Amino acid sequence: MTSDTVRAAPRTPPGTVPEPTPPPPLRRRLGDLPVAVLFVLPAAIGFALFYLWPAVRGAYLSLTRYNVLTPPRFIGLENYEKLFGDRLFWNALKVTAEYVVLNIVSQTVISMLLAVLLYRLTKSMVVRGIVLLPYLVANVVVALVWFWMLDFQLGVVNNVIEWLGFDRVAFFGSDLAIPTIAGINTWRHMGYTALLIFAGLQMIPPSVYEAAAIDGASEWRTFWRVTLPLLRPVMALVMVLSVIGSFQVFDTIAVTTSGGPINATRVIYFYIYDLAFNRFNFGYAAALSSVLFVLLAGIAYVQLRLSRAGESDLRGS
Amino acid sequence: MARVRWGRVAGWAVLVLVMLVTLFPFYWMLRTSFSNTRALAAGAADLLPVDFTLGAYRRVLGLSSTAEAVAEGGSSGTVNFWLYLRNSIVVATITTAGQVFFGALAAYAFARLRWPGRNAVFTLFVTALMVPPIFTTLPNFVLIKELGLLNTFLGIVLPHLLMTPFAVFFLRQFFLGINAGVEEAARIDGAGHVRTFFRIVLPMSRGPIATLAILTYITSWNDYFWPLLVGKAENVRVLTVALGIFRSQTPQGSPDWAGLMAATLFAALPIMALFAVLGRRVIDSIGYTGVK
Repeated sequence: MTSDTVRAAPRTPPGTVPEPTPPPPLRRRLGDLPVAVLFVLPAAIGFALFYLWPAVRGAYLSLTRYNVLTPPRFIGLENYEKLFGDRLFWNALKVTAEYVVLNIVSQTVISMLLAVLLYRLTKSMVVRGIVLLPYLVANVVVALVWFWMLDFQLGVVNNVIEWLGFDRVAFFGSDLAIPTIAGINTWRHMGYTALLIFAGLQMIPPSVYEAAAIDGASEWRTFWRVTLPLLRPVMALVMVLSVIGSFQVFDTIAVTTSGGPINATRVIYFYIYDLAFNRFNFGYAAALSSVLFVLLAGIAYVQLRLSRAGESDLRGS
Repeated sequence: MARVRWGRVAGWAVLVLVMLVTLFPFYWMLRTSFSNTRALAAGAADLLPVDFTLGAYRRVLGLSSTAEAVAEGGSSGTVNFWLYLRNSIVVATITTAGQVFFGALAAYAFARLRWPGRNAVFTLFVTALMVPPIFTTLPNFVLIKELGLLNTFLGIVLPHLLMTPFAVFFLRQFFLGINAGVEEAARIDGAGHVRTFFRIVLPMSRGPIATLAILTYITSWNDYFWPLLVGKAENVRVLTVALGIFRSQTPQGSPDWAGLMAATLFAALPIMALFAVLGRRVIDSIGYTGVK
């Protein structure tokens, strides 16, 4: 259901919204306009000021040189041209992509496993509550706890590793920092994602499992041939949301590595932040945000296309 | 049959392992917060607090003198925990109240009132769901700065106070599902739209409104990026921002881990308390974020 609503919403052509009340015959052309204005006005102001205007302005600022203190100066596409030759930009893209892939793969696999286990083994709210817990605390909190646990000298993980007879691991060194941060965020999100998938599992009618059982299909086979295909719409939605969220990683990096060592964790979001607020290069930062915007829109589009998210296999069966 | 049972045992083993991995960092936070930072090196892997002390909490709550703090490996800088807690509460509460209330008003107009341009405006609103926050964040920062609202509560809450596409979308979806008969009966009795909304629709929507409020409160409480940009000043600094700053105030190379963990635990505590009280409601609410 969730997948349908999300996909359908922005595309709803005018007129398909269900009309709850049949038009009272005496109503005038304007309908409830005066009351409606009253009801929508606060939200409309919020939308205009903090969504619409900044979107327009962001696009404009990306065509300017702007340091916030003096008025923006129009420079055309210079910022975008500069992007192509910016080593740090390509590095940021590479690092972000690496993070997204690691994070999404580990998170999806673990969450799927966890969701199936929850579905098959227990209805306990306590168990579900426990797996959800990390998602409820702030990114900053999660980042700090793991930063402490993975500390090279004093962290418990490294002390256990040494006790087991191995060498200590520099989790936040340049080689491992991105996988480490991907792992930390997997830890935070796995329960949450599992619950989303779990909700999808609950929507599969028991009759299809009964049919599979009658056909003598093994559990393994049932999972691959029945469960997974039926989960596709939910998985598509979960994947799109996770990928988009994953691209915007910032908090964890800001409180642990701050983009370092050197540029090993300077992801796009952090680079934009750095450009705008440490180097006061707002125009260039805005250009980068525009590129990120287009990139995310493109990825979401391709994902939804590839996964045919809106179609459910249930209808056909 | 036996095979299936073994499968269950293996399944439970994995599930218990996942729960342990989930809970251990929380325990470690607690364990470290009761330790003496200076003694941590000696017992880095001890399961119990090292050299048990309440010093970290005293430091975080501003109860210990500089000399005491330094003796236990803390910094001389004080953490104004109560102030940051108050700020977090103020920001999360105002954001939640505004967003839910104004979101409900707009959602009602989109779901129930008939007016020209309704669908077009709604489509426009929902399109904003697709825009990644960073794209609007930089210009919003500029706007808040121009309005002279940097380092004010208003500046921190304003962008999410009047509307978020999610809130409007979510509540409209619910209002559409309410049986229109009840409202019509009220209208026939002579109640206007405003009255119908406050007397009938709002009370009927307690459930979804609570769901939205919980989600908004948690999101707002945990937000870091925006308050970092516009609210670094001490008097409006929220807990997440304060934690980041506390972490970077490292005395002589090694952070005050016990103090940091005590502060971290405090920052997480209100949400965990909310979770403990509302339990099931929070878990059920999470399912709705799928539409976010």
